[in-house]
This record gives sequence, structure tokens and C-alpha cells, in this order.
Amino acid sequence: MEAVVRTFEVEKRYGEGEASVRAVDGITCEIFSGEYISIMGPSGSGKSTLFNLIGGLDKPSGGSVFINSVDIAQLNAKELAYLRCHTIGYIFQTFNLITVRTALENVSLPMLFAGTPPEEADHKAMELLDTVGLGHRYHHRPSELSGGQQQRVAIARSLANSPNIVLADEPTGNLDLKTGQEIIELLRHLNQEKGVTVVSATHDMKMLAVSDRIFHIRDGKLAQIQARDEVNLDQLPGESVIE
Amino acid sequence: MTTYEPPAAIAFQQAWAGLRHRPGRQALTALGVALGTAFVTNVLALRLKGGPPEETDRLTWLGATSLLMCIVGVANSMLMSVAERFREIGTIKCLGATNAFVVRTFLFEAAMVGGTGSLVGGLLGVLAAALGGGISPAIALTAFGTGLAIGIVLTVLAALAPAAQAARMPAAAALRIEV
Repeated sequence: MEAVVRTFEVEKRYGEGEASVRAVDGITCEIFSGEYISIMGPSGSGKSTLFNLIGGLDKPSGGSVFINSVDIAQLNAKELAYLRCHTIGYIFQTFNLITVRTALENVSLPMLFAGTPPEEADHKAMELLDTVGLGHRYHHRPSELSGGQQQRVAIARSLANSPNIVLADEPTGNLDLKTGQEIIELLRHLNQEKGVTVVSATHDMKMLAVSDRIFHIRDGKLAQIQARDEVNLDQLPGESVIE
Repeated sequence: MTTYEPPAAIAFQQAWAGLRHRPGRQALTALGVALGTAFVTNVLALRLKGGPPEETDRLTWLGATSLLMCIVGVANSMLMSVAERFREIGTIKCLGATNAFVVRTFLFEAAMVGGTGSLVGGLLGVLAAALGGGISPAIALTAFGTGLAIGIVLTVLAALAPAAQAARMPAAAALRIEV
């Protein structure tokens, strides 16, 4: 199998000298095409930092991150923008839609950044909104949509340029249980139907039930990798998985 | 590795959407620009009108002070307007926007807001000076033109610095900032 993301001894330090903190402290991992990965860890464990490094949102202080075999440390700002545009789709806990633009414009914007002609971008954006069940609300702005609907638009937007990888940072963190469940099912569906690799930072137990593998992060280190069949869903702490 | 730069029209659309859907915030910025420009234009018109030497000396000082106030006012308005959108900048970079796209969007926006503000401010300044009498059309036009140019240039420059800084930030850092 082909690795879409590979990290080697990747490190991220904040601050200088004595006061410096190693948020990510030498993590080596591989993520394969078509996988659904959850990154678990308590807050402050370095989970979000690892997520930012994998997504090319931050530069490592040491080690390397390869996305589709490209070492992202070697890329200049413009090449990084191209990589983010074409290879990675992002979903955020706080949805982060562009508030001044409609649902349709939010989904078509990444395609315009990729050089897709506007009519074609609108057409494909409409299709994506239909896929996430929001075709009828295409002309609404984010303030006119519920949290769950905004996250659906964000999911459609993340798929705009048919990326290899979708990165979701706590995508259910700001949603109620039922809506969160729907978002998880949608992500899993897209993962299975379209073969998109999904990497999700989470502490939502429901997320684990659908993951192929779970990376447990403790103190900036990769403490454990669990395959799905190793996860005993009954023994997980916190809220129950099966309702 | 290839790169791509979207046409300027897309940055313009983004700036235009920002103007249309944030009218209150943009009007406030334009008002700040208008006040600064009005003050400069007014003093400039009075200075051009001439008068006794003490009077023109006083107006020169007043003109310098008003220009300084105008710079501070405009810079502050634009700084705020960029700072409150760091997160949006981070998001748009995640979507694949280049740094140049981010800077262009703010430049278009600043030019439109600054243009409107300076136009209103320049007119008000000249009008106020003309009420006192003795302002020839030539003086009015010179003062208005100078005020307008100062207003627009200051607005764009004031937006350029923070916008360029925000655009160069790693996307993760821009997303983290809460204003």
C-alpha cells in the first residue's frame, strides 16, 4: 500500500532554550491511502500540533513530514499553497466558513484557487452540496445555517479539489450528539465511497468505532497505535459508543 | 512542484463580498478615513488662501498636526480591520490561497474603503473652508485633490503592512489568533 502521509522523527518546539516546550517530540508514522485514522489524546498532548504538521499548516522544528512523498519542508510558500489547494482538504471544529460568502461560494472558492473556470466550479460545488444533503440551501450564508449544516458545507468545501487527504480537527467538537453522529457517518461514507483518506483529531468516542486505526498521543509522543479490531468498544472510558 | 496564481478578479470578488456583507464595520473604517482627510483638506485650503504671516505659520503647524492625526487614525482603522480577520486569513490559506491573494484582497478593500472615505472627507474639508469665504475654485480643487490622494495612499499603505504580515504567517498561527 502507498503511504499518503509519512512522518519521520518529526518535532515541533515552541519557545527558545530552557523555556522551550516540545509539543511534538519525535513521532514517526505512516498513513495509507483510503484509511480512516483518528488521532486521540488529552488536550495539551500535542495532538493538534501533529495535526497541523501533517496538514502542512506549520513547519516542523526537526524531522520531516512527507505528503505524497514530497518533503513539505522543501516547499516555498507558493508551492505549499498549491499543495493545500490540491492535495489536502481541511475541516475545523469551529467550521470556519467564510462568513461573507454563500454556501455555494464557500465550496467553489478552493476550485477558483485551483484555476477551475467559474461556471465549472459552481456546477461542481452544487454537486458537492447535494452530496452532503444541502443542495437546497446553496444561496444561504453561514450565519443562516445551523452548526450541523455549516459543518456539512465545510465537508463539501474540503472535497472541492478532490484531495487525497481530508484532515478534520475535532469535527464534532462543537456539535450536539445526534448531529455529531451524522457528521461522522457522512465522513465515513465519503471515505468508503470516494476512497478519501480521512485523518481526524478527536476525543469523541463515537469516532473510534468507525476508524481503521487510532493513534494515541501522550506528551508529544506516539504512545500506541490501535487497529480497529483491537479496540474494545465496551471498555472505552467516557460516553458509550453504542446508543 | 507546480504553482498557480488565481487572477486578480477573484481577489476583487472576495473584497467586494467583504464590503457588501460587513457594511457597518466598513462604514466605520471609511468614517475614520473621512475625518482625517477632512481635517487635512480643510487646513490645507485655509493655508492656500493665505493671510497675515502669523496666521499662515499657525496653519502650517496645524496642517502638520492634522496630517499626523490623519495617519494615526487611518492606520489604526486599517490595523483593526485586518487584525479581526486573522482567522479568516488562516482559513483561506488552508483552502489554497497564496499569500499574494490575501494581500490583494486587502488592497482592493482598502482602496475602495479609502477611496470612499477620502472622497467624502475631501468634500467636507473644502466645503467647511469655503463657508468662511475667500476660497477660489483653484484652491478648492488643489486642496481637495491633495486631501484625496493623501487619504487613499495612507489607507492602502496602512492596510498593506498588516495584511502582508498576516499573509506570511504560517496558516496554523493565523488560525490560532483570537482577537
